[in-house]
Amino acid sequence: MLYFSRWKAAAILLTALIVCAFAIPNFISPQTVKNWPNWAQLFVAPRVVLGLDLQGGSHILLQVDKSDVLRQRLDTLRTDVMKTLRDARITWANPPVARNGGVEVRLREGPTFDTALSKLRELSQPISNNIIGVTGQRTLEITDLGNGLVRIAPTEAAANERIRQTIEQAIPIIEKRVNGMGLVEPTIQRQGIDRVLVQVPGLGDPRELIKLIGTEAKLEFRLVNSTMSAQQALQGSIPSDSEILCETRDQKNSANVTPPLCDGGIPWLVYKQVMVEGGDLTDARTGFDQNGRPDIEFTFNATGARKFGQVTQENIGRPFAIILDNKVMSAPTIQSAILGGRGQITGNFTVEEANNLAIVLRSGALPAKLTPIEQRVVGPGLGQDSITKGKYASAVGAALVVLFMLVTYGLFGLFANVAVAINVGMIFGILSLLNATLTLPGIAGIVLTIGIAVDSNVLIYERIREEVRHGRNAIAAIDAGFSRALATILDSNITTFIAAAVLFVIGTGPVRGFAVTLGIGIITTLFTAFTLTRLIVAYWVRMIRPQRVPI
Amino acid sequence: MRLPLLRIVPDDTKFDFIRFRRISFPISAVLSILAITLYFTHGLNFGIDFKGGTVMEVRVKSGAADLAQMRTTIAGLHLGDFQLQQYGGPDQVLIRIAEQPGGEAEQQTAKNKVHDAFGDSLEYLREDVIGARVSGEQLYTGILGMFAAIGAILCYLWFRFEWQFALGAMIANVHDIVLTLGFMSITQIDFDLTSIAALLTILGYSLNDTVVIYDRIREMLRRYKKLPMTELLNVSINATLSRSIITHVTVAMSLLALLLFGGQAIHSFTATMMFGVVLVGTYTSVFIASPILIYLGVGTGRAQGQDDAPAADPTPAKPAAKAPAQATGRGRR
Repeated sequence: MLYFSRWKAAAILLTALIVCAFAIPNFISPQTVKNWPNWAQLFVAPRVVLGLDLQGGSHILLQVDKSDVLRQRLDTLRTDVMKTLRDARITWANPPVARNGGVEVRLREGPTFDTALSKLRELSQPISNNIIGVTGQRTLEITDLGNGLVRIAPTEAAANERIRQTIEQAIPIIEKRVNGMGLVEPTIQRQGIDRVLVQVPGLGDPRELIKLIGTEAKLEFRLVNSTMSAQQALQGSIPSDSEILCETRDQKNSANVTPPLCDGGIPWLVYKQVMVEGGDLTDARTGFDQNGRPDIEFTFNATGARKFGQVTQENIGRPFAIILDNKVMSAPTIQSAILGGRGQITGNFTVEEANNLAIVLRSGALPAKLTPIEQRVVGPGLGQDSITKGKYASAVGAALVVLFMLVTYGLFGLFANVAVAINVGMIFGILSLLNATLTLPGIAGIVLTIGIAVDSNVLIYERIREEVRHGRNAIAAIDAGFSRALATILDSNITTFIAAAVLFVIGTGPVRGFAVTLGIGIITTLFTAFTLTRLIVAYWVRMIRPQRVPI
Repeated sequence: MRLPLLRIVPDDTKFDFIRFRRISFPISAVLSILAITLYFTHGLNFGIDFKGGTVMEVRVKSGAADLAQMRTTIAGLHLGDFQLQQYGGPDQVLIRIAEQPGGEAEQQTAKNKVHDAFGDSLEYLREDVIGARVSGEQLYTGILGMFAAIGAILCYLWFRFEWQFALGAMIANVHDIVLTLGFMSITQIDFDLTSIAALLTILGYSLNDTVVIYDRIREMLRRYKKLPMTELLNVSINATLSRSIITHVTVAMSLLALLLFGGQAIHSFTATMMFGVVLVGTYTSVFIASPILIYLGVGTGRAQGQDDAPAADPTPAKPAAKAPAQATGRGRR
């Protein structure tokens, strides 16, 4: 147990040294690094990232509205079913309707029924995704419910795939919006199937951000139905091609008009048909109108410009509603044909509101609504406070342990302290290499690792003491102590490691941070116990040739 | 280095830990029943992670916090159940608001209302808003994780030792968790995600301890075929006693530092750990996990008497000759 070949000893020391060296970049401030040449910067790139609980910032978990995604899917599915049947010249008894998470259509029984069924089956496609390729599942399930009623429903797998895609589409849009706010180093990542985690360091008040991300930004231009007023429509019947949408106004101005529907806003009767969509926008910026009030100036692409020009030309003198997320922003009367593909949205905006609107319009519409379901904010003061306290507590804990080991084991205690110090260095090295995030529970994990690392030394030394008591000579006792204790150390560490692994797999956020440092700590502890401590003691034995063990 | 070194535990302790089981088992049984009763009568103080709602840590910008006035202000917002609690300093207040009915967006609205009501008079140190969906899932995965961890560790022990050892460790585990839950119930410490982490760490540590003793028991079982079981267990526990105590002193010192200086954020974590690791974990491995092996039928074929002294001398004979030869022989090269 006490013999190491020169190569082995060199390899052990080198490994420890290199892993510890990875921790060095953390001590160099980013300001210093900025002026370095690129190749040198590359060397110091991996470093430990401080968690939001330590540096302050906002953590927002958003979830996509599944029913919203599904509703959209059923809408297109219904259109597809209609088109398929029409193309095959098959008439239905009742037209297709979206119902109970699927589309149902009543066909005429007879010879055309089977043709219709096989045509509809063609709509269903094998699901493939970029992870495992073709999965063998299909997108649609077509069931014959009897009496000519056929149900076409998206499969569970297809629905999940759709939600996954929705998130995938949403992430770059969220990115654009967050970056548009000028926030520094945001991280935006998917979590699970239907969630997105947005983390922004240093942001103490995420209200603005949530509003920005929560906006779907579905921009539509529709004509106002002026055959009757909105009030008349509300009292009588709303024409089937139109609907009532509200314009929100300042609370003060709207005191006189308070219909129950719009909660203080103005109702508009607009046609359901969308003339031009926000998807055709290429740019949106804040500007000011003639009266010096902020507005949003937008530019269409070629298609949008053509459509917009045509609609404005044909409807001069009629009010044209600009609708964002089913709310009327304004409904100006078309004065003349707008052919250049440019226009303004005016409303009672503050400069800030106009800015934010411009950002969301520029970044495009989200494929579905996202709701914040978890939000954690740490003010910058508290984060700094936690770091200071964490450092102080760790220092006090470490000092106590070092002192105790020296008092208990003397020289061997010193060996143990050296091994534990290198152990901590290696933990930071590995954390840096992984670009891991250090959180407050993570610091707790490191402190506990110090306990475990000390324990491995205690196990060895106690075993040596025991062997000495049983009458062995110094070298034999040390040798037997190591070989016996290492088996125990392995067993006990593996059990703790299993707990850490489970925590990592099931845990989120703080728990995970704890599991990471604990897990890494156990690995480095095993390394130092099995190699480093043994190496130090072996060299000491070789140099001193002790007659008695000084513990 | 000729300083007298500290020996916390005298070299040759011969406590009869196994006989103590006649006291320790009833004590543990009573404590466990007490803990379970507490759990059902007092319950756990579920934190926001598992209950949903809003928690805000705020600091009053000028002077000390006027809790009564803040209470009136928040009550005026009609947000349902809420609690105010002073912590840290006289100017720091913890505001908890129960989950608002009506979905995820309402939680947000509630938080914003508080912001609007207090305006700039407060500094917001920390704010957590958690909806019902997330909190429910977190509780579920937390409990799932706990069972998964116990299961995985047991499989490992079964694989490495024998089933009796795995079962013994499991009983010890459940005992630890029950007592710790009782502690959390009586102190009404926030039970949140970090508490689950604490419970799992306690589990890991306690097992660590149990495994160290079991390891020794196994070694003794192989080496001394005739030693009566009670004697064997006593020798094993006594032999590892010094290590157990030294290790727990060091762990306790680390934890004490975290507890005293680590700040509010990890306070409930370290307090739970302190109780679990230092008090329960050590006690369990010595007084529960080891004696229970007798009842689980380990070493039933052995002599039952406690008086065959010669066998009780645990001086290892055979391996002693082999090891030094190896060491010195190679060392010279």
